[in-house]
Amino acid sequence: MSADRVEDTNAVRPGDEGRGTTENVTTAAHDAYGATTHDVDDDTPVLNAVGGDWDDLVDEAAALHEERIVVNMGPQHPSTHGVLRLILELDGETVTEARAGIGYLHTGIEKNMEFRTWVQGVTFCTRMDYVTPLFNEASYCLSVEKLLGITDQIPERAQAIRVLMMELNRIASHLICLGTGGMEMGATTVMTIGFRERERILRIFEAVSGLRMNNAYIRPGGVAADLPAGTIDQIRENLPLIRKGIGELEALLNENPILKGRTVDVGYLDLTGCMALGITGPMLRAAGLPHDLRKAEPYCGYEKYDFDVPTWDTCDAYGRLRVRIDEMYQSLRIVEQVVQELDENPGPVMVADKKIAWPAQLAVGSDGQGNSLDHIREIMGESMESLIHHFKLVTEGFRVPPGQAYAAVESPKGELGCHAVSDGGTRPYRVHFREPSFNNLQAVAALSEGGSVADVIVAVASIDPVIGGVDR
Amino acid sequence: MSPEDQETTTDAVTSGELAEVATPGKPVQVAERKGMFGSSLGNDTTGYGELDRPVLFPGAASKPYGGYFDQLTGSLEIALRRNGGDVDSAVERVVVDRGELTLFVAREHLPLVAQVLRDEPSLRFEQCLGVSGVHYPQETGRELHAVYHFISITNGSKRVRVEVTVPEGDAHIPSIVATYPGVDWHERETWDMFGIVFDGHPALTRILMPDDWPGHPQRKDYPLGGIPVEYKGATVPPADDRRSYK
Repeated sequence: MSADRVEDTNAVRPGDEGRGTTENVTTAAHDAYGATTHDVDDDTPVLNAVGGDWDDLVDEAAALHEERIVVNMGPQHPSTHGVLRLILELDGETVTEARAGIGYLHTGIEKNMEFRTWVQGVTFCTRMDYVTPLFNEASYCLSVEKLLGITDQIPERAQAIRVLMMELNRIASHLICLGTGGMEMGATTVMTIGFRERERILRIFEAVSGLRMNNAYIRPGGVAADLPAGTIDQIRENLPLIRKGIGELEALLNENPILKGRTVDVGYLDLTGCMALGITGPMLRAAGLPHDLRKAEPYCGYEKYDFDVPTWDTCDAYGRLRVRIDEMYQSLRIVEQVVQELDENPGPVMVADKKIAWPAQLAVGSDGQGNSLDHIREIMGESMESLIHHFKLVTEGFRVPPGQAYAAVESPKGELGCHAVSDGGTRPYRVHFREPSFNNLQAVAALSEGGSVADVIVAVASIDPVIGGVDR
Repeated sequence: MSPEDQETTTDAVTSGELAEVATPGKPVQVAERKGMFGSSLGNDTTGYGELDRPVLFPGAASKPYGGYFDQLTGSLEIALRRNGGDVDSAVERVVVDRGELTLFVAREHLPLVAQVLRDEPSLRFEQCLGVSGVHYPQETGRELHAVYHFISITNGSKRVRVEVTVPEGDAHIPSIVATYPGVDWHERETWDMFGIVFDGHPALTRILMPDDWPGHPQRKDYPLGGIPVEYKGATVPPADDRRSYK
């Protein structure tokens, strides 16, 4: 049904251009995908801020003698975290109504995943919330492993590497949140420190997975490759530096009167509000509830590590900032324990079941390419069966028994859940991500109505939404 | 062919491998998969074996379900009765699979079930984590599924999944936004992607696709790609037209 309608309503078909028609075939009337003109009634004055002199615009607005105006903030606006569109109804400086418009970065990742193998799905979902790629991969892989029934068979070393990467990623994500949040309030030093420290973590990611972002490193059954030699030392060298950098941020932020003036009692959402709106993550913990899936439902062996769940009781943007800073220290604590564990316990990093495990353990060679020369020698020179096995598993993929599973991880933004459905085939039948950013962004209205326009920026920054995750 | 006869020589899927179901019921067939290629599903190595296989989902479990599931369903039964409901008509099927509890709820009973799940002290599922749609075009009369995940933080992070099925021709489910305001956007997304109408939703509009978009992209009969690019007359062939393994 839908497919037919897509055909019918499309004015432009391939080849239309070649028919020698001089008229433009695409008109707003019958182009279903064309931009619509403004849809307000003709009496409503519309002011467009598209370059020119601001004073002219202000004069024009003042000439209307209208206190109530509706402002479109975004989707292109430096302080809205990507392509978020905020529709604000203002009475002077006061926000009387706030709504968020999303969808500008919808990429159809969930649909695309239905057309690729289960392993290839990792490559898609890692790009959702591009600030927390390893959490996206982890939630997806945990749900696939649950579907396969191999959750218990994942090697301990693979689980420990997952924890290591996720906790480093948590620090990187919180640094981005604080850095961009600071920049939106006009504090560029916060941003430069945040990005400088994040760079250390991204260098570790690059050494381990070959990529700074969109790593596709966690795979169903384990991880793509073991830690290369020297990584443990690199992490150990960098941890004190990262800790020092976070200390700098703390010294810059925690008792800063300007920051406190901007964030204290701004973006208030108490525990009742959080519960009603399904808020999880630092926002919930800043309302005083120590709910953390790493403690509540440990996955990947989190129960082995010693860490605390920081909370704050002010329910405001300042509390969320403090929770994030405290969480970074807890993540460092976990990383130190995991590094120790990884250093002492070598072992496999992929499930033993050869019908699921990726056939080759890749390694970065002297040429910088990610091939395992031993594996290439085996499949190209020694064993025809290995070659067939490799070919079948890589092109066709493994089959997953029919059914559905939901696996959730505590991402830096809250509960990131993956609902995966299999029909017994080599590709996911349906994958849906419960993105914390998507859910938490619903709180924009509750956080910013009644405040001033400037507080909207702070409130949105305290949610820490990443539009790649919101829109998927 | 009945599902019991379906003990194929497959290397991957036999009904026994489904999960650690305590007392597995008769599997439910939701679709039939057909295709030209299926050689890896048997001893036939010619490559012309053809794929012809039912898709069997875990069937109804019978008591005891194990874990906290018995206590949960017991509390639900009592709470429903106290609030003028009835568990037999509200819950069509209870499925225990892969350590997860799924309740198939009749759509007219969903608001009451949601209310009871949230308010009953022994249940207290404070948060509804979202709505996920699934489209089974071959399951006649139950083509569209809305899947809700609930978490009870008070009772130690217990989870329950509620699944509601509707026919494609009458895709209406009562909204639970009144009980769980947080599912507002999730219901909008499920409307946008699957065309399930959530009756009683305060503003059921598209959320990810443009307002004037025709069709619901996550349905199985909706192609991936194949939408003409607006500029320079370029097209992208639909990915699902390409040859692929099933």
